[in-house]
Amino acid sequence: MAEIQVNPTRMEMKKLQGRLATARRGHKLLKDKRDELMKQFLDIVRANKELRESVEARLAAVHDSMSLAAALSSRKMLEEALILPKREGVLEVSSQNRMSVEVPVFRFTLPENGAAGCNYGFAFTSGELDDAVVSLSALLPDLVRLAELEKTAQMLAEEIEKTRRRVNALEYIMIPRYQSGIRSIKMKLDENERGNAVRLMKVKDMALAREREAARRRQA
Amino acid sequence: MEAYKIGVIGDTESVIGFLAVGFSVFTVTSAEEAARELARRAKENYAILFLTENFAKDIPDAIAVYKDLPLPAVITIPGRGGSLGYGLANIKRSVERAVGADILFKE
Repeated sequence: MAEIQVNPTRMEMKKLQGRLATARRGHKLLKDKRDELMKQFLDIVRANKELRESVEARLAAVHDSMSLAAALSSRKMLEEALILPKREGVLEVSSQNRMSVEVPVFRFTLPENGAAGCNYGFAFTSGELDDAVVSLSALLPDLVRLAELEKTAQMLAEEIEKTRRRVNALEYIMIPRYQSGIRSIKMKLDENERGNAVRLMKVKDMALAREREAARRRQA
Repeated sequence: MEAYKIGVIGDTESVIGFLAVGFSVFTVTSAEEAARELARRAKENYAILFLTENFAKDIPDAIAVYKDLPLPAVITIPGRGGSLGYGLANIKRSVERAVGADILFKE
């Protein structure tokens, strides 16, 4: 692992110790965030899976009646019946803050008109088409809900991935790096301390020796 | 609050029914065309774009662009040929992305 190059001073050590404390605190916070995100994500994704399965099954039924309708009337007539008069649905989008991830919330409203949501004359179309349109209308809220859930799941997945990377970076790179930096400064400082002590002892010895020498000369 | 629209992209047979329920329908005949349509509609005020699986499976890159954006939500739906399991596979992928392993679908 790449060591950080630092001046072995007490000041640097204090600085590193401060950073280490911050990194530890951030690590703990991010880890909590990751856990909570994961919890929410799993709930959402489970709901997402169930909803998708049911929507897909029901959509298949719609497709079936649609195929029947297409077979029973000409393609042109089918298109005509569905295209006119066109209803524009309005989708309202707001956003919700989920663990600091902005996820969209959809609300779809369809202007009500006519018999059971069918906006075409019944004279030239088959009953199968009615079936298809009615069941598709019934499916709408769930389709929109599915879109919302799936989007939320995707965005949470991204956030979890990001958070996990940050947690790992702190845990396995930043924190060990600070620790080793602090350790190396401490060792260097201790070494200096010992060197100093030895030097003082040596100087004291020399001073004593000189004094003894001087005393002997005086006696002689 | 701004009003958004819902679009459906797919082959004619699969998506025509959505005309009746107030979605905007864009019929395409190939995956490339679907990708182009997707890019064009994403710039407009479509909040949800449904895309049929038979095209979606060939253009994962074009869809992935919108994965991390709040809008639009690009959602795959089974086309007339029945479900290809692509939508569920997508959920599985996002689980793998988040958790690192598939813990939801293992049997």
